[in-house]
Amino acid sequence: MTNPDTTQEILTTADGVPLKVSLKRALRRKKRNSLLLVAPLFLFILLTFLLPITDMLLRSVDNKIVPDLLPRTAPLLAGWDETGQELPGEDIYHAMVEDINEGAATKTILRLGRRLNFERAGMSSVFRKTARKVKGLQQPDSYQAEMLKIDQHWGDINIWRLIKRESGAFTKSHFLSAIDRQTNDDGTIGPKPEYKQIYIKLFGRTLALSLLITVLTILLGYPISYLLATLPTKTSNLLIILVLLPFWTSLLVRTSAWIALLQKEGVINDLLVAVGLIANDHRLAMIHNQIGTVVAMTHILLPFMVLPLFSVMKTIPPSYMRAARSLGATRFTAFVRIYVPNSIPGIGAGAILVFIMAIGYYITPELVGGTSGTFISNMIAYHIQGSLNWGLGAALGTLLLLLVLALYILYDKIVGIDNLKLG
Amino acid sequence: MAENNDPLVRFVDIQKSYDGEILVIKDLNMDVTRGEFLTMLGPSGSGKTTCLMMVAGFEPATHGEIYLNGQPINNVPPHKRGIGMVFQNYALFPHMTVSENLAFPLEVRKMNKDECKRRIKRALEMVQLAEFGNRRPAQLSGGQQQRVAVARALVFDPDLVLMDEPLGALDKNLREQMQFEIKHIHEELGVTVIYVTHDQTEALTMSNRIAVFDDGIIQQLAPPDILYEKPDNAFVAQFIGENNRLLGTIMEADDVSCKVEVDGGGLIHAKSVNIAGIGERATLSLRPERVIIQPPEGSLPNIFDARVKELIYLGDHIRTRVNVCGHDDFVVKIPNSATQAVLQKNTTVKIGWEMEDCRALDPSD
Repeated sequence: MTNPDTTQEILTTADGVPLKVSLKRALRRKKRNSLLLVAPLFLFILLTFLLPITDMLLRSVDNKIVPDLLPRTAPLLAGWDETGQELPGEDIYHAMVEDINEGAATKTILRLGRRLNFERAGMSSVFRKTARKVKGLQQPDSYQAEMLKIDQHWGDINIWRLIKRESGAFTKSHFLSAIDRQTNDDGTIGPKPEYKQIYIKLFGRTLALSLLITVLTILLGYPISYLLATLPTKTSNLLIILVLLPFWTSLLVRTSAWIALLQKEGVINDLLVAVGLIANDHRLAMIHNQIGTVVAMTHILLPFMVLPLFSVMKTIPPSYMRAARSLGATRFTAFVRIYVPNSIPGIGAGAILVFIMAIGYYITPELVGGTSGTFISNMIAYHIQGSLNWGLGAALGTLLLLLVLALYILYDKIVGIDNLKLG
Repeated sequence: MAENNDPLVRFVDIQKSYDGEILVIKDLNMDVTRGEFLTMLGPSGSGKTTCLMMVAGFEPATHGEIYLNGQPINNVPPHKRGIGMVFQNYALFPHMTVSENLAFPLEVRKMNKDECKRRIKRALEMVQLAEFGNRRPAQLSGGQQQRVAVARALVFDPDLVLMDEPLGALDKNLREQMQFEIKHIHEELGVTVIYVTHDQTEALTMSNRIAVFDDGIIQQLAPPDILYEKPDNAFVAQFIGENNRLLGTIMEADDVSCKVEVDGGGLIHAKSVNIAGIGERATLSLRPERVIIQPPEGSLPNIFDARVKELIYLGDHIRTRVNVCGHDDFVVKIPNSATQAVLQKNTTVKIGWEMEDCRALDPSD
């Protein structure tokens, strides 16, 4: 080599192939094998979980129903100036009559009515009424006049503005609803009337109660885990079974048990009355409110705090505490300065597990939460099963998902995900 | 603290039981002198670590009293004893840097910041880790962690440092190096050390005195050379160094010497150390390096025929297993030197030894 400074020597194997290429070849087979091993599970998750969820989440912005069911009106409305004070022209009324006619024949127009009813109460009946009467319309002089005769709402410019606004394939109205906002008649975005604002409050309550439940599980779980971790293995194994025992009982049974305990005529109230702590006509309301939700969920989620805490504490050698004591620290100082910092990964893992499970909890708040103790998930379930406003349900679900992800990132920034130990 | 000759640690009639059925320590009486390096040596389960834990305050004595500086400490909690301790797995606090680890004993003593810094610096220099103050224990090698643990146990100037098999996790070379380092630190600081190990080489290398533990009893408490050359009983002879053991019956005995008829045949002239009396059983103990090959006729009181069974080349010496007096596992160390005769396998040679080198001890089982 004449100039070793400029020539970068490439390492090669004995037959002259560059070392990196050769290494990559050797690793390729290994990579392929591991991919094959993962593939069945991956496909299963993809088909049964990821795709349906994505589909569901997309419904939060999906609005195809309006342009699909108003194929003639929607394009024409695009040319109408909704900022003026004039109603749409005759051609648009004509197109609407034909669209409604066609929709009435296929019975799809009611779906459109229901969709637009989410935006403005009364839209459903406007469409139903019109669909019933528009059939008899035979080449009238003025479609506008005839429609106004059927339902005077068709003369309200705001209804046309609404239809134009929602005639695109995508809508932001579900997300606006989910954060208690709406598009005003003049096209600006503002808060909903006070009596209709529920979701922000519900998100706030869900977060606050989940946080409270997480703190309670730490307070209750830490001493138990410490005891379990310091006892001889034989005893601690037995006690761990007691911690796991609730897992063998159905969630519904456990929640119902709390109803039996906490209700007005329940065990705890009876007991308090019997000892004379409260008067018979002043029985405590501990269920169908926030107390019920917090008590039952703390109980149900406690094992998810105890197990990671225990597994982390088990790895803290007893010699740490002994070393601290021999170095002059009291039992308390040694505990606070040595033991607790070493158990933080367990607290972190338990807290994030409990909090994320709590924030999306459904059954327990549904059964024992009453009106003041329900969570956002109960509202999502209501929109999916009850009001059939899937778009809003999906929007709320998406927000919940984003919230959890944001908190997860926050946690990573503060505590560090590397510090997480799940066992 | 005034210099005095009172023992720093005193064990008086100590007994210890964990389960109320078995005594782990049976009636221990021992004084540890100021500035001494005392090693408790023994097989596992012999009670040596229990003994250390009682001094540290982590295990209560079932009976008896331990005195530190003349004060009974049975009811003094560990953090008030002011004893430094080095643990088997170092027990460095993983969430603190090296400096923070060293600062911990000073902070809990509410020492002022400048004094803290000065002492940490001094302690780190002592163990040659001056630049490592900001590292975490996990970023250090085993030997470095060990040094930090030693520095931490010494940083608050305790009178007494306890070490519980501190070198057990290190590899052989590092262990030997650390043995010398700890020994030198001890010599420099003049601190009293109680050291627990099951490694006899370690004990011999480092200690002023060694207490050999077995079965909850101190079998012998003596300086290393005495322990090796003049073991009191068969257990010590067997446990410390390599040893040839011959069992037999005492035929003649006085205070100085005795004659023992070995089980395999042959009358051996031995030094009386710990024997019961004529007609009783005894163990003869003889170090392999004290055996002389092909001694001149009549020059030694004990000369026997030995058949060479095995030769193992070990560089500086040749470990030779011979059959003598019906014992098949008799080992002789032959120095590898030009003047030494080379033995052949399955030949018979004469071997012999002095009466003083062969100690007649209690009949061990």
